[in-house]
Amino acid sequence: MSKTVDTTLFDPAIVRPALRSALRKLDPRQMIANPVMFVTEVVAALTTILFLRDVVTGGAQSLLTGQIAAWLWFTVYFANLAEAMAEGRGKARADTLRATQSETTAKKLAAPDAAAFDEVSSRSLSTGDLVLVETGDIIPADGEVIDGVASVDESAITGESAPVIRESGGDRSSVTGGTRIVSDWLKVRVTARPGESFLDRMIALVEGAKRQKTPNEIALNILLVGMTIIFLLVVVTLQPFIAYSGAFVPVAFLIALLVTLIPTTIGGLLSAIGVAGMDRLVKANVVAKSGRAVEAAGDVDTLLLDKTGTITFGARRADAFLALPGVSDARLARAAFLASQGDETPEGRSVVDFARPLLPGNEASDAAIRSTIAFSAQTRLSGADLDDGTTLRKGAADAVLAWCGTGRSQPLGDMVERIARSGGTPLVVAENQRPLGVIHLKDIVKPGIRERFAELRRMGVRTVMITGDNPLTAAVIAAEAGVDDFLAEATPENKLELIRKEQAEGKLVAMCGDGSNDAPALAQADVGVAMNPGTPAAKEAGNLIDLDSDPTKLIEIVMVGKQLLISRGALTTFSIANDVAKYFAILPALFVTAYPGLGALNVMGLASPGSAILSAVIFNALVIIALIPLALKGVRYAPASAASLLRRNLLIYGLGGLVVPFIGIKAIDLVVSALSLA
Amino acid sequence: MASDILQFILYCVLLAALAWPLGIYLARVFSGEQTFLFPLLAPVETGIARACGVDPRTADQHWTRYALAALAFNLAGWFVLYAMLRLQGVLPFNPQGLPGLSPDLAFNTAVSFVTNTNWQAYGGETTMSYFSQMVGLGVQNFVSAGTGIAVGAAVIRGFAGRETRGVGNFWIDLVRAVLYVLLPLSILFGLFLVWQGVPQNLASYVDATTLEGAKQTIAQGPAAAQIAIKQLGTNGGGFFNANSAVPYENPTPLTNFAEMLAILLIPAAFPFMFGTMVRDMRQGAAIFAAMLVLFLGSLALTYGSEIQGNPIVAELQVDQSAGNMEGKEVRFGTGNSALWATATTAASNGSVNAMHDSFMPLGMLAPMLQMQTGEVVFGGVGSGFYGMLAFVLLTVFIAGLMVGRTPEYLGKKIEAKEVKLSVIAFLVMPLGVLVFGAMATMIPAALASVQDAGPHGLSEILYAYSSGTGNNGSAFAGFGANTPYHNTMIGIAMLLGRYVFIIPMLAIAGSLAAKKTVPASAGTFPTHTPLFVGLLVAVVLIIGGLTFFPALALGPIAEHMAMLAGQTV
Repeated sequence: MSKTVDTTLFDPAIVRPALRSALRKLDPRQMIANPVMFVTEVVAALTTILFLRDVVTGGAQSLLTGQIAAWLWFTVYFANLAEAMAEGRGKARADTLRATQSETTAKKLAAPDAAAFDEVSSRSLSTGDLVLVETGDIIPADGEVIDGVASVDESAITGESAPVIRESGGDRSSVTGGTRIVSDWLKVRVTARPGESFLDRMIALVEGAKRQKTPNEIALNILLVGMTIIFLLVVVTLQPFIAYSGAFVPVAFLIALLVTLIPTTIGGLLSAIGVAGMDRLVKANVVAKSGRAVEAAGDVDTLLLDKTGTITFGARRADAFLALPGVSDARLARAAFLASQGDETPEGRSVVDFARPLLPGNEASDAAIRSTIAFSAQTRLSGADLDDGTTLRKGAADAVLAWCGTGRSQPLGDMVERIARSGGTPLVVAENQRPLGVIHLKDIVKPGIRERFAELRRMGVRTVMITGDNPLTAAVIAAEAGVDDFLAEATPENKLELIRKEQAEGKLVAMCGDGSNDAPALAQADVGVAMNPGTPAAKEAGNLIDLDSDPTKLIEIVMVGKQLLISRGALTTFSIANDVAKYFAILPALFVTAYPGLGALNVMGLASPGSAILSAVIFNALVIIALIPLALKGVRYAPASAASLLRRNLLIYGLGGLVVPFIGIKAIDLVVSALSLA
Repeated sequence: MASDILQFILYCVLLAALAWPLGIYLARVFSGEQTFLFPLLAPVETGIARACGVDPRTADQHWTRYALAALAFNLAGWFVLYAMLRLQGVLPFNPQGLPGLSPDLAFNTAVSFVTNTNWQAYGGETTMSYFSQMVGLGVQNFVSAGTGIAVGAAVIRGFAGRETRGVGNFWIDLVRAVLYVLLPLSILFGLFLVWQGVPQNLASYVDATTLEGAKQTIAQGPAAAQIAIKQLGTNGGGFFNANSAVPYENPTPLTNFAEMLAILLIPAAFPFMFGTMVRDMRQGAAIFAAMLVLFLGSLALTYGSEIQGNPIVAELQVDQSAGNMEGKEVRFGTGNSALWATATTAASNGSVNAMHDSFMPLGMLAPMLQMQTGEVVFGGVGSGFYGMLAFVLLTVFIAGLMVGRTPEYLGKKIEAKEVKLSVIAFLVMPLGVLVFGAMATMIPAALASVQDAGPHGLSEILYAYSSGTGNNGSAFAGFGANTPYHNTMIGIAMLLGRYVFIIPMLAIAGSLAAKKTVPASAGTFPTHTPLFVGLLVAVVLIIGGLTFFPALALGPIAEHMAMLAGQTV
């Protein structure tokens, strides 16, 4: 899906409706949800009234008051625009999803073994109903397969064009409404009422309609409200202080001071950051059931990762050929190559792949194979009989030695022993009943994964590998992959126990899983990522669902969570740091009539009091627009330790927040005074 | 000037050297561990506990009960003190026959001493009998400081706690604070003062005839004991009206230096107590460093302005080479006055050895700002530290998000509840200083107390309400504080500044105590680095400073600019 509707930032298709939607959001009943911008809107209205009064009474400052009022409205509008654009991006995604969700006819079954069905609308289905879905049908609702096997096209939700297999029982038993059966049939028990399906949830989420504030967002909002109250006190009491000093300041100027001091930048962008964070997650093909889970992902201390598929390629692969004394490497490679021709298992394929570059010349093709012996679980070996009468066998050590009819020779025994001890699997190759050497099969760690774990370690995230292997094998792979710890011979029970133990130490744990037996652990984990084709139980237990079923996605999710928090923190810091410059712009302008000496505070050398105030207000409004891309895309985030992240972000958003407004306000002042606006 | 700076350095070094071990001692006292005073005082403590029916083993209180106990104790103390001041005329030890106090002055003074502010709207020797001084004010000097120390200890326990329900027991903490900390230090310090010549008697005032033949009344009294606890307990209420500028309160250069050390000693020990109790001294040292940086900044500004002297006065051919000497005790000079002023307003002490009203405009700016940031640069005993912890939480919350985790301090997540409570505490100073100050500029009855016109008049109002809300107690002499209006409003400001910090901070402690502690990792926001120290300083200055900058611009800063321009008003 992300591949189809990835939008550019200022795509007209998004900006145009957002411009309208931002206007609708000016409704005070909606604005009250954002106290900082609500205050801004109220004082904008007040300034407008003052402006109208001045126009009627012919006040001297009416033009300036009018401009201030206009820019205050822009400030509110720009904040709304940011939110509307974030929602618009989500809506664009939601619309493509919704297209797949149109009403369909469902073949409702009275009983699991009933042959006849009623054709009903998909909207009338309720939880527990049984439906039959056949080739070409759209699956009418989310459900669990109770009978049948079928290949299903899930491209509508995952963007993946290859059909996937869905069958009853096992870990591939869940189907999603809106996907299409390509071949065969399924009987499905509906697990979600219409409107509450997986797809509905996803649409609601990306549209931001059901977005609830996350815990951090709530806390930040409280801080922003507190700062707004403090600055309200500052500005309201300033009037009597100025009066005491024997001067008078127009209310519009005080309002300008208030709006520039209260944290409008972060207040205006806060909700856009949240919506955009969700959107980024959806873009990565992950659906969060709540914003809380995304935020928690940023806090994760321990990642539990399944070995297979995440850390290693699924199957074991040939890693080395060890020839016995007196046997050349080429001869062993050739024997292994030929003996594996009949072995269609991934291990067998890997032997062929590994051997091919080692073959001298075109020897392989020269050899005429008369017949191949396929690998089977019973014989545990494969082989080839050549035209020249040579017989080659390759397989488990005891099986091949039994074929040879000899015992283990000393060097061969040593090799087999050593490979087994290192966590690998030894396969013996024999020619004409005589052992030639050993193939070392091992789990191959995915390239680049070690670096990822090092990155995670720098971020302070501990990785734990979960595997069913024995502790010996697990230790070897753990060391090779660079994980911090491992759980060998894992069972659902000891997995759950491990999570509880970590949590008892105060750590937040993330894991992914797909099987029903993963459900308790997924539910226990603070961040549980269920794989999309997993069982309904697993999907119910997890708080995030990965549509791509990619276990390494967990790392991505942690990054998105962190980026969300960093974006909020960075803009908060920026917003607060901005206040310093605004003071130096507005205060001298307000006080210079009372005490001309305070003109010395006008360090920026702004043209006139009116121009200084107007410039600060304009800067305050424009900075929201300027930061919309940052809010929507998130602050750039490269994995690093907290200390270096802090240093970097403080430098950019703290120091930058101090310096930028000095430059910005001065530049605007030059324009304002050049155009004689104030 | 070089000798002044040398003295400043000596002062800071000695302060750190004394505060560190005292902090460890405090941590041991409030963790219930044995200290070297234990054999001597433990029986007394057990006796008091038994008499009050408190069993130290099972007495751990939830924060709400702790707060209630503290409030109830302070309320009772207020009633007793109020009654005592009103009935002073009929109570004993009153050789001068001083009458009872007016209702508003008694209210103000009782609040002032119960809240550890020691704002004095009265003149000591002309208003207070020996009985009021010793039994009334003297007792509150100990127990109001004890309350601050106790609450400080409870708040620290909350930060250090690991999934515990309680934050300690108020009664035990109070007894320990007085018995193990304030009494021994005061006795030592009091004896030192007597040795240096501070009076400690119950005699009538002495009449003397001066060289010019005028009659002078020399006040007497049990001063040494009062002064010891006034400095150590960040009380600051002078025995005599002119406070520590009087030779009977502060006779020698040695007492001057020692009293300055005493002012900051216990507040400076608190960060180290914290470091010990949270089992990570680096955390305490970082907070101490932030306080020290802010202190040195204030000192530099104050001393820098004072030593430069007044250019307008210099034009009148008055020698300004010793700095601005108006309102300063010649014995102490500019350096010692600037250091004292900075220390006494950094701590919420409020005793003075020079007239702050006569300081240069920028020289008074730093003391005012230190009070307005909520007395967190060392601050009051206990109270300064928990006030600073509110800033630490704010810093962690704002900047902590930038490392991509839910902000946490010492492994405890800072969430909506803690933010909300901190915000409530942060509203106190703007309310007390700006709102009450603005009211004073509008009400004629309030304006009558202002002596000077122009920006200095505003400074007088701001200083009074900053001092009250910050629980400092120092004042501009030009401000006639003893009026029913100001007695009442500053009284309320003192109550706000004390209890609207105590209650939220105890609530935060209770909330944090119950939380799980997340072990630190590379992803944890570091709160012990120089970067964090800088950040904390910046947050105190930006949040504290931004709030008061407009008002200060119209007061001291406007006065400064006018002075540079050669204007006198």
